Amino acid sequence: MTPALRARRILLLHGGLALLLLLCQFVLPDYHHTNFVSIMVLAVYALGYNLLVGYTGLLSLGHAMFFAAGLYGAGMGVHYFAWNPVVAFIAGAAAGLFLAVLVGLVALRTSGVAFMIVTMMFAQAAFLTTLYFNDVTHGDEGLTLTQAARSFALFGTVIDLTNPAIRYNLAWLLLAGALAVMLLVVLSPAGRVLIAIRENEERTRMLGYDVRRYKLAALGVSGLLSGAAGAAYVLFFGYVGSSFAAIPYSIYPLLWVLLGGVGTVAGPVIGTLLMFYLIEIARDYSSSYMIVVGAILLVLVLFFPKGIIGSWRARGQGWIP
Amino acid sequence: MSLGPHLLLAIMEGTVSAFVLAVTALGLSLVFGVMRIVNVAHGEFFMLGAVLAWWLTSLVPEAPFWGFMLALAVAPLLVGTIAIVADRFVLQRLNYQPEATIVATIGLLYILQQAVLSIYGPEARPVVAPINFRIVLPWFGYSGYKLVVVGAAILLLLAAWYGVTRTRFGLIMRATQFDGEIAQAFGIPVKRVYAAVFALGAMLAAAAGVLVVPLQQAHYLMGLDPLLLSFVVVIIGGLDSLKGTIVAAFIIGLSDGIISVFFSPTLAKIIATLAVALVLVFRPNGLFGGKVR
Repeated sequence: MTPALRARRILLLHGGLALLLLLCQFVLPDYHHTNFVSIMVLAVYALGYNLLVGYTGLLSLGHAMFFAAGLYGAGMGVHYFAWNPVVAFIAGAAAGLFLAVLVGLVALRTSGVAFMIVTMMFAQAAFLTTLYFNDVTHGDEGLTLTQAARSFALFGTVIDLTNPAIRYNLAWLLLAGALAVMLLVVLSPAGRVLIAIRENEERTRMLGYDVRRYKLAALGVSGLLSGAAGAAYVLFFGYVGSSFAAIPYSIYPLLWVLLGGVGTVAGPVIGTLLMFYLIEIARDYSSSYMIVVGAILLVLVLFFPKGIIGSWRARGQGWIP
Repeated sequence: MSLGPHLLLAIMEGTVSAFVLAVTALGLSLVFGVMRIVNVAHGEFFMLGAVLAWWLTSLVPEAPFWGFMLALAVAPLLVGTIAIVADRFVLQRLNYQPEATIVATIGLLYILQQAVLSIYGPEARPVVAPINFRIVLPWFGYSGYKLVVVGAAILLLLAAWYGVTRTRFGLIMRATQFDGEIAQAFGIPVKRVYAAVFALGAMLAAAAGVLVVPLQQAHYLMGLDPLLLSFVVVIIGGLDSLKGTIVAAFIIGLSDGIISVFFSPTLAKIIATLAVALVLVFRPNGLFGGKVR
């Protein structure tokens, strides 16, 4: 396959996926319209997670701390300092980046199973911190942002983040941006180095690449995307509480990415969409709906480790990034 | 209460939780040591022990003592059976590949926890202690059952130590731990050893759950704390050192008790989790662990 043909196919697949999501807003009923905003924002989180897990081969079990850094960074800025939502969004994304680099400097000294446990422990410490500073964060009860605090003026027009149409299109913009960032990173020479690290870290080091720096950069971008998703989530839905920092929010991205396809760009988006509705349907039937999470994790790891897009790629579709 | 008695109470509470923690963590440590896998569902085995203890004692409401003895004997067996099934149909199929196994045990965690939620419900239910006497100190009263917990935990730890170091099964286990392939070549049924060790680890957690339930009530979410604290203990104590596990259980149990009494339980857990992350980073084999081969 020529590079030009591959580029065209990649553009067609991911552009098509984005276009489909953009057009969905005209046909979706209200309830699903709101769901899709959640899904698109959470998909950005999944994309960020996948950069680390799927492309760099570092399985994190503590990504909720970066997501929560974005939620709290933006949410507390708006709540306590009346920041403009744009500033708050940037601050939330930056908080995710900052925390990821900080954690990376320590945690990246380990790898494999130890890295999984260290990230899980750090995330648990972060979760407990949100409970400990109950006076500021209000713990499980959380903070609610008013409608007035969630609108801002841009070039003379007022943009109200509680308006469904504005919210949908901004969420779509964020997702499209994140997809573009992922494609750029993954298809760049640096992305190839990340994949090389995943496949054989020692050999990559032998070839003269500074593996530590690449891993730290991957964790940083991953944290940035997770933080951006968290910041967008709190601005769109106006609520942040400790539960977003708890263990399930570290497990969800793993589930979304596994289902869609580890190490694929489009997979996490599809995985998030399917899993969101699976959990939603299970919630209607039973209060112990999290059993679906457990069962699907088991089934994926036992019988379907490549996920949806990954299995498609394995069937002679090697061009899929 | 002044500082002295306060500290005494903290140390006494800390000692009880240290012993329970030592038993739970020992299970995790055995499984990691021999099988080289991290069992994230370990806390759920603890929880199952407690919940089954509630069910079994409720079968004989007229005799709390015998009900509790029944629970202590039967609950670990039931949990061990579940562990063997999980080993056979999940872990064995994954060939004990470390990262896939962690993901699978996360799945197992949710399946067990949510199954208990749907069958047993969201309530926290108490279990009556098998014996009922209070030790009266000048400053505070102290439930005598806590001494029973300590005694039973010591017995379990001694039995585990004897089993690992002095019996034929312990020898086979250590051989498998040392080198699974060579052990296989010498005719040791490695798969069955793995299944037995996984069940044993689960049974230790379940026994700790049974012991703790008269102090703490049975609840479907109670597995998380023992899981995280067991991680802390096993990592600080060295990933395959029996002695280290027990020493670390004491450090963590006591400091957790003291910080909880004087500051806050949340702060105690934050400090413990950060400590473990730092230990893992700077001394990957734990404070007491030997070299990883």
